[in-house]
Amino acid sequence: MDPARKRATRLTAALTAALLLAGALVYTSFSAASTAITPSRLLGSAQPGRSYLVSGTVVNGSISRHGDTTDFSVRDRANSTGPAVPIVYSGSVPDPFEQGREVIVNVEKQGSTFVGERDTLVTKCPSKYTPAKPGQ
Amino acid sequence: MSATLGRACLLIAFAGCFYGIGASLYGAVVSGPSSRAWIDSGRRAVYAVAATVAVAFLILELAFLRSDFSFNTVAQHSSITTPTFYKITAVWSSQEGSLLLWVLLLSCWSALVLRLTRRSLRLEAPYATAVLLGFGAFFLGLMIFAGANPFYTTTPAPADGAGLDPLLLHPSMMIHPPMLYSGYTLFTIPFAFGIAALITGRLGAEWLRATRRFSLVAWLCLGTGIILGARWSYTELGWGGYWAWDPVENASLMPWLCGTAFLHSAMIQEKRGMLKIWNVSLVLATGTLAILGTFLVRSGILQSIHAFGASTLGAPFLSLIGVMVAGSIGLVLLRRRALRSEHRLDSMFSREAAFLLNNVVLVGLCLVIFWGTFFPLISQALTGTKLAVGPPWFDRFVVPLVLVLVLLSGIGPLIAWRRATPSNIRRNLAPPLAFGALVALVLGVGVDGVAQKPLALALFAVASFVLAAVAQELFRGVRARQAMTREAAPRALVALVRRNRRRYGGYLVHVGVALLFIGIAASSTFQNIHDAQLVPGQSTRVSGYDVRYVRPVVNVALVGPRIAHIDFGAQLSVSKGGHHVANLYTQRSYYPDTSQPLNVAGYFDGEADSKVGLDAGLRRDIWTVIQPIDLSKIQTEVTADDRVLDSRPNLDPAIRYLAVARAIGLIRQQYLRSPPPTEFRVIVSPMVTWIWLGALVVMLGGLTAAWPGGPSARRERAPALAAQLARELGRA
Repeated sequence: MDPARKRATRLTAALTAALLLAGALVYTSFSAASTAITPSRLLGSAQPGRSYLVSGTVVNGSISRHGDTTDFSVRDRANSTGPAVPIVYSGSVPDPFEQGREVIVNVEKQGSTFVGERDTLVTKCPSKYTPAKPGQ
Repeated sequence: MSATLGRACLLIAFAGCFYGIGASLYGAVVSGPSSRAWIDSGRRAVYAVAATVAVAFLILELAFLRSDFSFNTVAQHSSITTPTFYKITAVWSSQEGSLLLWVLLLSCWSALVLRLTRRSLRLEAPYATAVLLGFGAFFLGLMIFAGANPFYTTTPAPADGAGLDPLLLHPSMMIHPPMLYSGYTLFTIPFAFGIAALITGRLGAEWLRATRRFSLVAWLCLGTGIILGARWSYTELGWGGYWAWDPVENASLMPWLCGTAFLHSAMIQEKRGMLKIWNVSLVLATGTLAILGTFLVRSGILQSIHAFGASTLGAPFLSLIGVMVAGSIGLVLLRRRALRSEHRLDSMFSREAAFLLNNVVLVGLCLVIFWGTFFPLISQALTGTKLAVGPPWFDRFVVPLVLVLVLLSGIGPLIAWRRATPSNIRRNLAPPLAFGALVALVLGVGVDGVAQKPLALALFAVASFVLAAVAQELFRGVRARQAMTREAAPRALVALVRRNRRRYGGYLVHVGVALLFIGIAASSTFQNIHDAQLVPGQSTRVSGYDVRYVRPVVNVALVGPRIAHIDFGAQLSVSKGGHHVANLYTQRSYYPDTSQPLNVAGYFDGEADSKVGLDAGLRRDIWTVIQPIDLSKIQTEVTADDRVLDSRPNLDPAIRYLAVARAIGLIRQQYLRSPPPTEFRVIVSPMVTWIWLGALVVMLGGLTAAWPGGPSARRERAPALAAQLARELGRA
């Protein structure tokens, strides 16, 4: 095979491989993803059995712990009087977790409750890059 | 007063950047004797900017050290009880302070590289100066005009500051930002010279050689920063993991991956004049990703543990990134003819091909991580719904790519240039490959549970291949040298490494990477996570270890006469088969909320921080953390105490403080007498220590490769100088 043809073959092989990888990326990301959603929209449109990534603020006074389970409610970060979504969560609780903090957690609607997926609770570091330390 | 001086320094530096850009560009385009004077003046502007920013930084450090709470940033991130080491490092825990650190590092490295290249790269230097000062002007502009000024003050100054987030009171967390920023800013140096090379059309290997050490140190710093972040996450955060595919973790990993590709690919251009388009593209991508990474942390556009509320800095950063991307693509297209390879690829079985494949895999990794990180934004743009992928998705693509990458790191140094013959393959590659296969067989058959995890087994095999490959190269190198000089083996080895630091430093890095991935594969695949609720005396069983809750521990931490934090914890005892293995201490520290007037509840309403109990070993780590403690019994006590305190609002502060301290002492005694049932998480992970050891070996290898001097350096400089002389004479 002359060099030009060799190069053409290699280029085609490389492009095909790239396309396959890209296709795999796109397909798997759309099928394996959880929908990122705010608490207010979760209340309205949640379908049972689907995984949702909820991000919001922990409602004051809503945290209660028994054994391994932590119950808390979240509401939209932007709307401090908006609807609160109660979540039943078991698993590790990050240190900064507190009322008034912003959290991200994977939940699934089971029946009428939102159950947090184990160990998916993430609390945002509160003090860095915000204009003031969040109060109570 | 010093704040005014600080503000002035920022303005002077900002003006200096513009002067330097103007002078350099003018000197570059004008011809005649004054051209050199203008270029030199532009270079000196960089020195001046570096000095001015250093003064500003010093002013800020001094403000932190003397706890000058009139400075807003000091009041928000430090306090009277913050230990001195953390007062020094709190400077960069804020938006403003970290931007100042960025500019400081950028201007210092720029000054250094321009001083070192002041006699070479005469045509490229002014354009590189302009690019570097452009970055400086951008970051200074953010501080001056976008509200992120570290020298804003408030009068009257508050009595005490808010203190550092206790999560950051860890040495790794304090060294992590300077390391990352050093990495990012050092990568802007080859970026700037890459742009300069494209503008001037001088696309040989000179710009690569001049910036090679900076690229290597950049890569080392960025890698160290990433590993420190991972280690902090493992030992400090209460989840027991070291990598979560969080957007900000990914943001630092992407430029590192492109930087790795660039470091390797540059070698091919130096040796054979190939992969030129790859090299400019990679260095431009690395620089752009570094800025993108800096932006992601501050912007709030992606939901992450680190990304914070939307700040005003998003739009300027996006504009800068847009300019960088557009400019890079434009310049590469403009010079595409000059970027043609000097040679063609002779065979897919050659070192050149291995390096090309290495580029492809690293860029592929970068693209996968990019896609996953930005997927929420991409999916929203395409479908209107915001979707997010989690760690399992990342692992699915990253693991096979990493397998290929580690395999290449073994094949690359062994395979011949241009075209590998079957005998070359048989002689060089066969023994290490056989060793890898042997390891796979032994582990698969001999160790329980390994055969069920084919990916981990594959990684162990491939990593063993790499270790055997490096051992083979060292052995053969030492033998060859001994045949000439008859030295003892250790002496021969040292001499061998000294003669070619770059090569053997690189081999050491590959060893470190192999060890690191062995650790990652073992600890993530064979980890055992166990949650248990225990009372004192009770024990639980994890991976053959018995973990017993021995006794509660309460510690009241004093800094001078003040109570800095209260720790509630436990001592756990680990034993195996009746033999005591280790004592683990884990606790939860409660820091006071200093915005409230002093009362007992204030000590439980501030930040809480858990301390992990860790017994690390070569074979396994035993990790434990105490979960949030049920303080309901204590709460009633606290409320009662505070009711008394609140009924006497005009109490003398000293007496009030003593009352609070006494109440805390009583709470402590009660907890020790009858602690509530406590949740513990215990994780046993094999070979985590290999990750940190591997990282240390990588750093050692990188330092060896970057170390100046030695015969190889002299050997390299001569032909480069000769070539430059020829060009200069040809032009005269």
